[in-house]
Formats: sequence, structure tokens, C-alpha cells
Amino acid sequence: MTDPRTRMQKKARHTALACLGIVVGMTALAFAFVPLYDLFCKATGYDGTPLRGAASRTVSQDKMVVHFDTNVAPGLPWRFVAETPQVEAQLGATQTVFFRVTNTGTVPSTGIATFNVQPGLTGGYFVKVQCFCFNEQTLKPGETMDFPVVFYVEPGIKDDPNTRDLSEMTLSYTYFASKNGQPQAALATPAGTKAN
Amino acid sequence: MAQAVAAGHDHAHDHTPPFFQRWFNSTNHKDIGTLYLLFAFSAGIVGAFLSFGIRMEMEAPGLQYFSNPQTYNVFVTGHGLIMVFFMVMPALIGGFGNWFVPLMIGAPDMAFPRMNNISFWLTVAGFMSLVCSLFVEGAPGAVGAGTGWTVYPPLSTAGHPGPAVDFAIFALHLSGAGSILGAINFITTILNMRAPGMTLHKMPLFAWSMLVTAFLLLLSLPVLAGAITMLLTDRNFGTTFFDPAGGGDPILYQHLFWFFGHPEVYIMILPAFGIVSHIISTFSRKPVFGYLAMAYAMVAIGVVGFVVWAHHMYTVGLTLQTQSYFVFATMVIAVPTGVKIFSWIATMWGGSIRFTAAMHWAVGFVFLFTVGGVTGVILANAAVDRYLHDTYYVVAHFHYVLSLGAVFIIFAGVYYWFPKMTGRIIPEWAGKLHFWLAFIGANVLFFPMHFLGLAGMPRRYADYPEAFAGWHYVATMGGHIFALGMVVFVIGVVLAFRSKERAADNPWGEGATTLEWTLSSPPPFHQYETLPVIVDEPSHAH
Repeated sequence: MTDPRTRMQKKARHTALACLGIVVGMTALAFAFVPLYDLFCKATGYDGTPLRGAASRTVSQDKMVVHFDTNVAPGLPWRFVAETPQVEAQLGATQTVFFRVTNTGTVPSTGIATFNVQPGLTGGYFVKVQCFCFNEQTLKPGETMDFPVVFYVEPGIKDDPNTRDLSEMTLSYTYFASKNGQPQAALATPAGTKAN
Repeated sequence: MAQAVAAGHDHAHDHTPPFFQRWFNSTNHKDIGTLYLLFAFSAGIVGAFLSFGIRMEMEAPGLQYFSNPQTYNVFVTGHGLIMVFFMVMPALIGGFGNWFVPLMIGAPDMAFPRMNNISFWLTVAGFMSLVCSLFVEGAPGAVGAGTGWTVYPPLSTAGHPGPAVDFAIFALHLSGAGSILGAINFITTILNMRAPGMTLHKMPLFAWSMLVTAFLLLLSLPVLAGAITMLLTDRNFGTTFFDPAGGGDPILYQHLFWFFGHPEVYIMILPAFGIVSHIISTFSRKPVFGYLAMAYAMVAIGVVGFVVWAHHMYTVGLTLQTQSYFVFATMVIAVPTGVKIFSWIATMWGGSIRFTAAMHWAVGFVFLFTVGGVTGVILANAAVDRYLHDTYYVVAHFHYVLSLGAVFIIFAGVYYWFPKMTGRIIPEWAGKLHFWLAFIGANVLFFPMHFLGLAGMPRRYADYPEAFAGWHYVATMGGHIFALGMVVFVIGVVLAFRSKERAADNPWGEGATTLEWTLSSPPPFHQYETLPVIVDEPSHAH
């Protein structure tokens, strides 16, 4: 028979190890949240994440105004505009809109675009068939390029009690300075970042 | 409840290690508890000075003391972080927890005494890192981190290029690591080292509260550590967890932060729930009403506390269904909390109540915590929160539950256990005068903030329109009254150490039934050489 003191110590060690397991598990979970949240947003259109897919099979008579918002983050000398400020889109019908970017700087620069739909609740009904998001573009000084965005608004938006009463939405694009597909923090933030 | 029949006799030749060994390499749970309490008091003074700066600036419209409003934000951030992580948590968990959990469950010490020492010094190191952050550049052209205690990106990333936020993040890492080790220690001690006969259902409520708190720490702090590590790499190593430029989402940080942040508020208040139960039971000379319901109400609060986090985020664009869920889940917490409030009142009901200083603070807590709880239920409504989000109404709410809740119970615990911890006696008049100054001061300080919030005064601004001036002035006067109470407290402690009067082993009489009162005051350096045995007492039904 073992000494009760060592038996207690063994039990205490087991409890402590189990606790440590919880800590490791929760830390792993915090990091696992990042890809899971991303996946969740892409699958559900949560928080204005547009869906990607093929052309719609159903077309409805309802219409929705889609506004286009274009931004360039500080540090990138580009001009970025949509060919039209808004379109009236028939739900389910595929639309094509061109966006034009011009490098107004004196040196070649590279940018990468991200997108979002507002209000966030409509993200799950905005389907992009083709777009230029997350493709890196390099423009020579003064060079201009046109990019098409092909999209449709899923007719289901009129069946969802959250979005049924909405008549317009906004597709927002932002171009960030980029290098090797990574955004450049040094360009986007004021000097002093590298001080630490 | 159960009572001890055979407590260990005091060790006659009770020798303590030399000074450095005793206080710097300490492995004794009582000494570490004392260190935590002293540390919490020191950090609390720093935090109080920062809040004093806030109240002085807010006394009148315009900028009086802060030429740069960013510095005001640094004060607000420092006040919040210090009070949460380096005052309330070290006092309630590290201080009273270390002192009284082993004593109450009849254990000779904590399960891992050396780890206990590491926990304490990690907390001190964290505090040092936070103090450093006050003196290095944060936002361009200003020193310190002005992000608020929530450290939301992009303000904490793009908005603060200097190293101040990195220091603040390290402070949270260090104190978080210390708290996690402490939590492991508490769980191991409580689950394995209870005296023979003390089942979990006979364990004192303070030990129960520490057990639940330790589990909350274990489950929530790693998530905070993960979130702020991502923040750190976003800031320094070009990752884009929370940066839309690389496909990240700042809202994700808010989810991670509040998954920690909401349990955190229960981490701060549950130990106080445990202490107030003992004080009310002692001075009503009755066992606590509904012991099992009290214990499981704390478990319920802890469990539900993990699934309500997005009520801090009603304005980020959640769907109506999501908001409805979080409104409902949040309101459910009022049920176990109500069980506790009514059980405290029922404990007092028909008891032979003695209004000692500690009892003043405990009864004051029950009243003020209820006020804070009620405004919490109001804020839980997503529709009302649209209007009150980030206003002084929220400031009033969380100061009622923390500054007038947790802090009142820290003082209640000091007045209740001071004779046991030191063998000295703080004069009752000092404790009562301190209470009335604090009670009046804190109410004058925080109650007008409800009106300011309802009128639309936003949080975290150094300046405001003329229309808010009246109540801000009143609030600052309340702050002065509260500060005066602190002076009385210090006088009381000084008088206790100058007096020749010594405390009895059990100065509170027959109402004080937990094991620590069976020991001498102060307890021997090593207690329970013979473990106490707990037997059922037939006169008490449970």
C-alpha cells in the first residue's frame, strides 16, 4: 500500500495536468477561431462577406439598387472609380460593372483590393461570379486598367425577414498597397512603426 | 453546515524563515496572500490617482489639466487595466483566496507552493510592464496606450505605432500567465486537499466561489492571450488577423476579447459573493440561507457567463435573431443572481444582527450591487443599448457592480479578516466612518453618471458641452468624499498596529463557524499539523 501523501501528490499532479490541458485547448481554440470565423463568414455571408458562385438559376421581377463605393488606402497613389455610381439590379440577373484604376504616382506600384457589402446582413445574398478582389495588380506610372465585376443579387433576399424591407445596398472596394500579396503596414501607417 | 471537531493544535515552536527568504522566495500561502494584498493596495493607489486625474479633468468643461486629450485617454486606459488586473483580481483571488481557501478547507498549504510564488511575481512583472507603457510613445506624438482596456483594433494597431501598446499587451500576458497558474493551484488544492470529511457539499461558500472563479480563469484567459498575441503579431510581424487589408476582420477581435471579457467580470465578482455570504452569516448568527442553491447559483452564473459575450457588441451589426438570443441569455443571468441576493436577505431575516464595520460593508454591497444589477438588465436590451452604448450610463453600471460591488467587498473582507490575518484590531469607528464616507461618496460619484449617460454624454472624452457640467461637478465632489474615506482607512490600519490590543482567536463569536476561526490570530506559520476532521452537526439541517 502506498503512502497517502504520495498518493495525494499523484492525484494533485493529475488534476494540474488536466487543468493545463484545458489551458492548451482554449489557446488552440482561440487561434482556430480565425480560420473558422473566416470560413463561417464566407459560407453565410456574415458581416457583409459576399458569396462567390456561378450564375443564378432563378430571376425575379424585384429590383434592388446597388451602389458602388471605391476607396484607396493611404500610401497608394492610385485613383479608383466605378464606371457608374449605382445600378438598378434585377434580382437573380447577372450584371457586369467596370472599375477603373489609374496610377497617378511617378513609380510603379502594386495594390490589392478587398471588398465588403453593406448593410452586413445582405452579404449572404450578394453573389460574385467574377471579380478582381485579392488579385495583386501592378501599375506603371500613369497606367490605367479596367476590371470587370460580375455579380447578381440572390432573389432569396426578399424572403429573409432581416433583409426583406431593404431596397438598396452598397458594394465597397478598398485598394491597399501590397508587396508579394501581403499588405504593407509601413506604407499604410504613419512613420514610426518600425521603431520597436 | 459542518463544524470541525478536532482542529490541529498550534505548533509551539513556530519558526519563520529570514526576511528575504520569507518575502521574496515565499512558498507559504499566508505570506503570498499578504504579498498579494499589499501589491493590490499599492496598484490600487496608482489606479486611484489615475481616476483622480480623470475626475479633476471632468469637473468642468474645456481642457483644464490635459493639454493633449490623448493623454486623458491614456489615464482612462491605465485606470481600467490597473483596477481590473492589478487591484481587484490580486486582492480577491490572490490575496483572500490564498489566505483563506487552505484555511477554510483544512489544508496545510496550497498544492503547489512554489508555483504560487511564481504566480505572484508574474503579476508584479506584468504591472511593471504596464507602468513602462505609460512612459513610452503610443499614438504619434503622445506617450502611453490610449486604447481603453478593451484594446480594440484598428486603434490599437494602426492608431498606436509606438511601443506603448506592446508593453500593455505584455502586461496582460504576464499577469494572465500568473492568473492561470494561480487558477490551476486553486483547483488542485480544492479538489484534492480538503480535510477528511469535508465533501464538496460541505465546503464553505468562499471556497466554492474560488473554485468556480478558477475554472472561469482557466477557460477564458487563454482566449484573451490568443487574441492579444494576434494583436501583437498584427502590430509587429505583418500578420493581418484583424486587418481588412489582408482579409482580416476587426470584429473578430471583439468576439475573442468579449469571450474572455464577460467571464472576466464574473471572475471579479464571484469571490466577493463568497466573502459576503460568510460575513452576513457570521453577523446574523445564522448559517447561510439556501447553502446548496448559493453554491450552484455561482456555478450557473459561471456557465451562462460564457454564452452572453455579444451583449457588449450589439452595435456591430448582428442579425435580429442573434441579438434576441443574447438579450435573452443575458437576462437569464439575473435568475441565479437573484437567488443569491434573496438568500443573503433571507440569511439576515430573523437573525440576531450585529452591525460591525464588516457587516456595514456587506449590507451596503447587497444594496449597491442590486442597483448595478438592475442597470445591467436594462443595458441587456439590444434596443435600449443602441441608445446607451458607450455612454456614461454604462460607466455608471459597471462602477456600481465593480467599484461599489467588488471594491466594497474587498474592504468588507479586510475588516472581517484583519484580526485573523494580523492579530490586531482596526477600531470599529474607523471602519464605520470609512464605510459611510465611501457609501455616500461613491453614490454621489456614480449615480449622476446615469443621468449623464441618459442625456447622451459619451465615454472616453476629455471634454464635453456646457450642458453636462452640473452632474460632472457633483460626480467629482463625490470622488473627493470617497478619497477622504481612504484616508480614514489608512488611519484605522495605523491605529490597529499602534494599539496594544490583540485579537482573540475568534473575535466574532458563535456566528463565525468556518475553520479559520479555530486557529490562533494570526494563524501559526504552518497550520493543521493534525488535519481537522469534519463531522455532520445534527442541529443544522441541510
